[in-house]
Amino acid sequence: MMPRAKLKAQKQDAAHALAGALSVPQGGGWATRARNAAKARLLDMGMPVKRDEYWRYTDPRDLTAQQARSAKVLNVTDEDPVFSAFDRVKLVFVDGVFDEAASDDLALAGVEISLLDDAARADLHWAQDIYGKLEARGQTPVERPLAAFNTAFAQKGVLIRATGKAAKPVALVYLRSSDMADAVMHHVVRVEQGAELTLLENGPVAARFNQVIEVDIADGGTLHHVRTQGRDHDRAGSAHIFAQMGQGAQLKSFTLTANGRLVRNEAMIWLDGQGGSAHIAGATVGDGAFHHDDTVFIAHCAPDCESRQVFKKVLRNGAVGVFQGKILVEQAAQKTDGYQISQALLLDENAQFLAKPELEIYADDVKCSHGSTSGEIDPVHLFYLRARGVPEGKAKMLLVLAFLAEALEEIADPELAEDLRVRMENWLQRHS
Amino acid sequence: MLEIKNLHCELEDDSEVKILKGLSLTINPGEVHAIMGPNGSGKSTLSYVLSGRDGYEVTEGSATLEGADLLEMEPEERASAGLFLAFQYPVEIPGVGNMTFLRTAVNAQRKARGEEELSAGEFLKIIRAKAKELQIDADMLKRPVNVGFSGGEKKRNEILQMAMLEPKMCILDETDSGLDVDAMKLVSDGVNALRDAGRSFLVITHYHRLLNHIKPDFVHIMSEGRIIKSGGPELALEVEENGYADLLAEAG
Repeated sequence: MMPRAKLKAQKQDAAHALAGALSVPQGGGWATRARNAAKARLLDMGMPVKRDEYWRYTDPRDLTAQQARSAKVLNVTDEDPVFSAFDRVKLVFVDGVFDEAASDDLALAGVEISLLDDAARADLHWAQDIYGKLEARGQTPVERPLAAFNTAFAQKGVLIRATGKAAKPVALVYLRSSDMADAVMHHVVRVEQGAELTLLENGPVAARFNQVIEVDIADGGTLHHVRTQGRDHDRAGSAHIFAQMGQGAQLKSFTLTANGRLVRNEAMIWLDGQGGSAHIAGATVGDGAFHHDDTVFIAHCAPDCESRQVFKKVLRNGAVGVFQGKILVEQAAQKTDGYQISQALLLDENAQFLAKPELEIYADDVKCSHGSTSGEIDPVHLFYLRARGVPEGKAKMLLVLAFLAEALEEIADPELAEDLRVRMENWLQRHS
Repeated sequence: MLEIKNLHCELEDDSEVKILKGLSLTINPGEVHAIMGPNGSGKSTLSYVLSGRDGYEVTEGSATLEGADLLEMEPEERASAGLFLAFQYPVEIPGVGNMTFLRTAVNAQRKARGEEELSAGEFLKIIRAKAKELQIDADMLKRPVNVGFSGGEKKRNEILQMAMLEPKMCILDETDSGLDVDAMKLVSDGVNALRDAGRSFLVITHYHRLLNHIKPDFVHIMSEGRIIKSGGPELALEVEENGYADLLAEAG
């Protein structure tokens, strides 16, 4: 076992080698200050390594290497892009760079949308209070150096402020053009008191991506977040959501991940106000060289809050799924209702699921439950369907979709849920 | 319709355990046959072997449906050929809607037979009418297959599936188990409504009472993996009054 001090020094050396010589993007006073502070945090923490407890099941090397590994751009022709049937305000990014010509006009009643490049030069008080601040808060009790790297070096991103009930969703569409591109994107979302917003994200982003979304939901605000991460096979990336929530605030975040060599999605949520509700859910389908990691931390800091974590993974042919989920209930958070389930359906003996569910509770009047299972398709279910004439392949698909259904139910809008269900069905058909 | 000749089977995992030991049975179109017998005589195994469940190895004999070799077919092919098993313990399948399941099954069978699939509208019209007869409400149709259903609701759901799939050869495996008198009447009425000259039934039961509702043409007594006695409905009465002991002793 390597002594702790030596490990720390190695991590710091790696951070210096990667980021020490990089200048943070210049642009504006507040943004530059936030970026410099993040860079200092990163150099102090060091880069993550597999020996870190938080990276035990996922090797971060492809995420921390100097260069992105090549990932062939997948030209999807067999289905329409996700969410394309929905009326939305669309912002298109190609390899992480904003494509104005392909994007919609950003005017939307009840919502202010600006680009990080422009906003950094402007005096946007609401964004200054969030940018890099939630990420910094999220460095305890567990360090998240990739997010600090992101705050320091992200050049592109969107700042979205909902002041009322948004008439339609804001959609971020991520396209790729280069087999080698590295994309570092940082979004900030503020939902004002009583406001409501739906944020959609879809696409594979880049050969390698590092994404952060910082979300601040004021009292009584609601954010629906539905994300799909494309189908490109060789890409790697990490995404962080940091969300702090006021009284009675609501957050529902759902992510669909299909394929990808390495994807780590982290969420760090603070239920700061009484009566808040946070649901973080995901469905994952992987076949072959696929490693997917959901790492979720929900902190109940105030009484009467509710949280749910629902993660379902369908894995085959060597695919690996990881779930690290924690519910922290602070002493003040009486009457907490916390629920967590993570399940894997292993379609063959080569697939693997690693789960680490955790509860840490300091209040005495709470209701918390968690469960984690992995298993195969139930042969009794399969026989029942076949005995009614459903062919084996179709019967298996029905059962796999049934397995994923509990996660999809976490999407509030049934039409969005149906769009994603069809994607999963198509994926299963292609991989049957 | 169904022709079983000298059927022998054992457990796939343990060839020492022989369950069917030379069972023969011929069921003609339109006939209702009942099989009665004590626990462990192999009644349920017969239904599983005929419907194609894994875990059994047929070592001798044959089973044909309208001349086609059942034992060579996959379970779904047997279903499309017209075989239907009403399960003793209908399976709960969370996440699969009852209606979706039934429509998928009906259309898969129609497709396998080269018939045109039913549209959503046509299907809905038919299932609503049939569900009403079995007192199955709209909520039960929407819920996941058998999840949260009572024992009686599960058995009614089996009969609804039978009514929708319109099989030629129906096997009812202890359909009376777990039913109260009212539910038994409802289920029996559902079965009787399906009786017709082109459709045959094999009713597996422990007790005579189901046969008061579903009147058989022939009754067979099964023991130790074989049929030891066959007769008319009076044979079921004899079992009811005297139990199996005398019949077993007589068969020696």
